[in-house]
Amino acid sequence: MAKSIDVSDLNIYYGDFLAVEGVNMTIKARSVTAFIGPSGCGKSTFLRSLNRMHEAIPGARVEGKVMVDGQSLYEPSIDPVAVRRQIGMVFQRPNPFPTMSIYENVLAGKRLNAKRMSKSDADALVERSLRGANLWTEVKDRLNKPGMSLSGGQQQRLCIARAIAVEPQVLLMDEPCSALDPISTAAIEDLIAELKSDYTIVIVTHNMQQAARVSDDTGFFNLKATGEPGHLVEFNPTNKMFTNPDEESTEAYISGRFG
Amino acid sequence: MTVTAPPEVDREESTGRVGDVVFAGISRGSAIVIMLALAGVAVFLLQQGLPALGNHGEAAYGKDNIWAFVWPLLFGTLLASVIAMLIAAPLAIGVALIISHYAPRPVAKVLGWLIDLLAAIPSVVYGLWGIQFLALNMVPVYKWFDAHAGWIPFFEGPVPNSGRTMFTAGLVLAVMALPIITAICREVFAQTPLMHQEAALALGATRWEMIRLAVFPYARSGMMSAVLLGLGRALGETMAVALVLAPTLIVSFNLITAERSSSTIAANIALNFGNASGSKIDTLIFSGLVLFVITFAVNFLGRSIAARGQRG
Repeated sequence: MAKSIDVSDLNIYYGDFLAVEGVNMTIKARSVTAFIGPSGCGKSTFLRSLNRMHEAIPGARVEGKVMVDGQSLYEPSIDPVAVRRQIGMVFQRPNPFPTMSIYENVLAGKRLNAKRMSKSDADALVERSLRGANLWTEVKDRLNKPGMSLSGGQQQRLCIARAIAVEPQVLLMDEPCSALDPISTAAIEDLIAELKSDYTIVIVTHNMQQAARVSDDTGFFNLKATGEPGHLVEFNPTNKMFTNPDEESTEAYISGRFG
Repeated sequence: MTVTAPPEVDREESTGRVGDVVFAGISRGSAIVIMLALAGVAVFLLQQGLPALGNHGEAAYGKDNIWAFVWPLLFGTLLASVIAMLIAAPLAIGVALIISHYAPRPVAKVLGWLIDLLAAIPSVVYGLWGIQFLALNMVPVYKWFDAHAGWIPFFEGPVPNSGRTMFTAGLVLAVMALPIITAICREVFAQTPLMHQEAALALGATRWEMIRLAVFPYARSGMMSAVLLGLGRALGETMAVALVLAPTLIVSFNLITAERSSSTIAANIALNFGNASGSKIDTLIFSGLVLFVITFAVNFLGRSIAARGQRG
């Protein structure tokens, strides 16, 4: 189910503005890959280009190649909607649909794909997804309550349950813990470690300890200079990144001597 | 450690304070004027209209009592307005969606202007357009309905060659109510939180599915109140309907004939007030009071639905 992603010479533009330049990397299947770097260096933009979510902004386009298991994402014949059904996404702020119950939220994506689902299939899928997101025991008695009635950390796990309910191959997470307290953050990090056995996970984080804790590989993005496009400085196994990085600027950033 | 005293502010001499008082006075005054105007209208209608409660015969335009006079007009008013809403609401929601979510920004802007321009056309112009253009061009359509769906009471002939029917009046009202419904829906749609739209897109929703998942649930109460405000506009519209419909006092669901079609309160007042005298004036004013109450209730309902949507 999980797939690897190959990116070669990827440039990302907003209109004429080059936001990210010349990214090459291979994201391994069934592993956690983290992106770190200062704000505005293009790591979120790059993440969004992996499931064509950045196209929600008018004028966004890419040059270069993104291959998921040998299939190019940006072929003219590929529908971005189909891409997003394969590559799910979890956002910075928990965003369950406010008018829907917990139950309906989990099923929202599946309802788009398969119109008719028997009640027992739906029940089973909701339980499986919520268990997968470590949320089942907390909400099993109030599945019909609004999704917004949960705490922030629970809402974020609900969003993860909603994303994995459509059985994607890759799960992208854009700073999934930045709006959460440390306890909820720990719960999400545990969950990431479990999900790794089924999914390819790519996570953007501002928290270097988090990258060190959860990821197998780490990519460091930076701006060449103010006003210049962001680029990938270094991409290596997380162990190496945090102990003996190839680039001096990586070490400077990780050790807090940034500038 | 020394604590510096905060600098003395000379409040008495601060112009800001005077400005505050003046501004508060002006806004309070404006609010009171509006209340007085509304109360004045209500008192006038009650004072002049209530004596007509006992009117009958000649004073009630040949009807046995005042209610027999008002009811057909009220019915016609509601029928024309409901037809207008059935046509205008889906159209307005569609146009608002094009502007907020589908069209590229320059196109959306121009479309927005055009819709706003519709609101600037005087209603008498709509009336003339209704008689001279719309009514005549609708005649073949009505004839077709008469021929093929005449067994439904709505579409029973004969079709007048002038095309001046209840359905024509509803169409004109629909075009007139379009701008306000579109404008409100457009605003509400555009305010849908981006994060909910992204949530839908990231699940693999197409644009239409995203609109159903994220935009409509968020905008539901706004859409409802937009339609009710449009309905308020259609209920009170006078000139356009007065020009299109002949004043008859009949309760009929028939949409495509002239002889057996209802008229509306506002149009009836406009057409008859000039010739009315004595207690007939009271009768007409009483029908105005009924319209006032209905319109007020519809607007009030619209506002309260909008407010409920904002709270939760």
